[in-house]
Amino acid sequence: MAITSTKNLKEFSTANDRFEGAHLLCPGCAHSMIVRELMNCTDDNLVIATNTGCLEVSTAVYPYTSWDTSWIHIGFENAATAAAGAEAMYKARKRKGTLKNPDAPVKFVAFGGDGSTYDIGFQWLSGAVERGHDFTYICLDNENYANTGGQRSSSTPIGANTTTAPAGRVSYGKKENKKDMMAIMAANGASYVAQVAPNKWKNMAQAFQKALATEGPCYINAISACTTEWKFDSKDTIHVSDLATDSLVFPLYEIIDGHELNITYRPKNVIPVRDYLAAQGRFRHLFKPENEHVLIEWQKRVDANWERLQRREEARV
Amino acid sequence: MALKYELQEVEVWDGNYAASHALRQAQVDVVAAYPITPSTPVVENYGQFVADGYIDGEFVMVESEHAAMSGCVGAAAAGGRVATATSSQGFALMVEVLYQASGMRLPIVLNLVNRALASPLNVRGDHSDMYLGRDAGWIMLDSFNAQETYDLNLCAFRIGEHKDVRLPVMVNQDGFITSHTAQNVRPLSDEDAYKFVGVYEPVDELLDFARPVTYGAQTEEDWHFEHKARQHKALIDARPIIEDIFAEFEKLTGRKYNRVESYMMEDAEVAIVALGSTVESARVVAKYLRENEGIKAGVVATRVIRPFPFDAIRTALENCKAIGAMDRSAPGGALGMLFNEVSAAVYTTSSRPLVTNYIYGLGGRDLTLEQIKDIYRELKKNADAGEITTKIQQFVGLRGPKLEFFKTRRG
Repeated sequence: MAITSTKNLKEFSTANDRFEGAHLLCPGCAHSMIVRELMNCTDDNLVIATNTGCLEVSTAVYPYTSWDTSWIHIGFENAATAAAGAEAMYKARKRKGTLKNPDAPVKFVAFGGDGSTYDIGFQWLSGAVERGHDFTYICLDNENYANTGGQRSSSTPIGANTTTAPAGRVSYGKKENKKDMMAIMAANGASYVAQVAPNKWKNMAQAFQKALATEGPCYINAISACTTEWKFDSKDTIHVSDLATDSLVFPLYEIIDGHELNITYRPKNVIPVRDYLAAQGRFRHLFKPENEHVLIEWQKRVDANWERLQRREEARV
Repeated sequence: MALKYELQEVEVWDGNYAASHALRQAQVDVVAAYPITPSTPVVENYGQFVADGYIDGEFVMVESEHAAMSGCVGAAAAGGRVATATSSQGFALMVEVLYQASGMRLPIVLNLVNRALASPLNVRGDHSDMYLGRDAGWIMLDSFNAQETYDLNLCAFRIGEHKDVRLPVMVNQDGFITSHTAQNVRPLSDEDAYKFVGVYEPVDELLDFARPVTYGAQTEEDWHFEHKARQHKALIDARPIIEDIFAEFEKLTGRKYNRVESYMMEDAEVAIVALGSTVESARVVAKYLRENEGIKAGVVATRVIRPFPFDAIRTALENCKAIGAMDRSAPGGALGMLFNEVSAAVYTTSSRPLVTNYIYGLGGRDLTLEQIKDIYRELKKNADAGEITTKIQQFVGLRGPKLEFFKTRRG
């Protein structure tokens, strides 16, 4: 598939959605923005697999479905493998000539939250990527198990207050850093890896289009600000996402064939990390004097990561 | 186009190779699999058939058994014929997805090469894995030798893919005893086998974009019950369909299969109910005891474990006096599964035969013909006394002092 031009906002708003507006996601949830944009950036037929999680429980409650395309959910951990199985069947049937529409272009996409991507489904994703199935995996990364009420995952950043890594009188919350899935997936052999955010929607659409056009396994880490568990007002989703990308807590970049790193968004005015953290209830406790060191470390880590990404981009290795 | 495989009228195959040839002849579209002893050769052979051009399908070697069944579900939902194989721990890892496969009504064929479950780790044959899967909503067939493994695999595709069934099917065989013992097998020609199995007809496929489908929806207390009830009804209603397919297979091959296999039961006073290769051993002993000791012995076996042949097993057993239900699985603090299910069936007859439970052969421990003779002799004593003269549950072939539990309160 050649990369088609990105729809403008007007076209976007009037497009014939394959993801219906009627679903049960929280008002202000970024998941639906990301899913809708994926559906809008291609005219190809889509087979979508989804891990158990917020997206799944909110969009396929019998006897209703929000999906006006082929969709399958098996379990919490195995959407990558469901997509891989469907892709294998597509290849077998194409060869045997048993497809109803043999010439129609088909893309295989799997969605998972960070719990199912970074933790419980990590092996299934890694296996499917290693085997080279032609599919795109999109992680809706809201940095916690939101569907079960805000538990820590290995995507939860240091210092966040979650129900299973709670902040308290003697704890500042989660002690461990967020796992670097971008580096892991690039090293795992993904043909194309990108980090995207719904506030930078053109950038996101381009990454989706590149992934769908790339033969082989692709991984997209989509930042999905979570009004419920990050604790911000539901009208502020895009504002918080802007703070995330402009503070460089979530730098937007891509890695092609495991080595060619390109930064895809450079904020004109980089804002302090603490501005991003201050906008969310999950980090409120970090602003107590005794936790000042966590804020300082956050800024240092973000600065170092940005430096590392720029050097990787420059080095072209 | 797949190459034709020239077969002899009689081949010397073990159970695993027999299963592989059945998968080849059915021209399975996708096998997603992960190796585990003793089932590994089933999928290895399939991979070789693909490599040699005898199959046009896709062989997806995944990173775990959970992924194997997950891949099978994705592939089956995409509208083609799907099969795999596993054993023991691998089967245990698959269990989550077994329920999802049956709940989505996907006719996958799984060769379950029966093996003990750890701990302690053991690669030998017993029925712990088969028992673990019995409530998963699958049709479960049981083969006692390699010929039956081959035949039942061909039947499994027909049964599972039948439009009024649409359920996944397991074909069980005993690890090593059946899976690794070379035996004479009479295969069908490739043409006849494929003609019997038939062309796969997709139902609600993910790849029909004119008619999008949603698989794996959420249901709570409002609809979950109705879905599971319909699934149960489909299983129960599969009984006559299974019989029809067995009858068609008999016409083609002369080999007759029944939901319950009865041997010398016409006038039997005592009967052993068993699964797997033990059925053949028990038949040898029953014949011997009739000829040498005048014991009217018979053997009953559940060829179809699910849907449980509650009706047919009752018919097979209601005229005998004493029954030994043989369970080759650690009962885990209860009576064995066969004992419980057989007892429940015969309890609803007016004759209510005496049923006792023998636990045997765990982890591949051999069950000797002498031990089976002793079981029949005990059953004969029960039949003559009109009451259970032993404890209800006994362990056979175990080291150390006899392990037995529960006295009867009948009589």
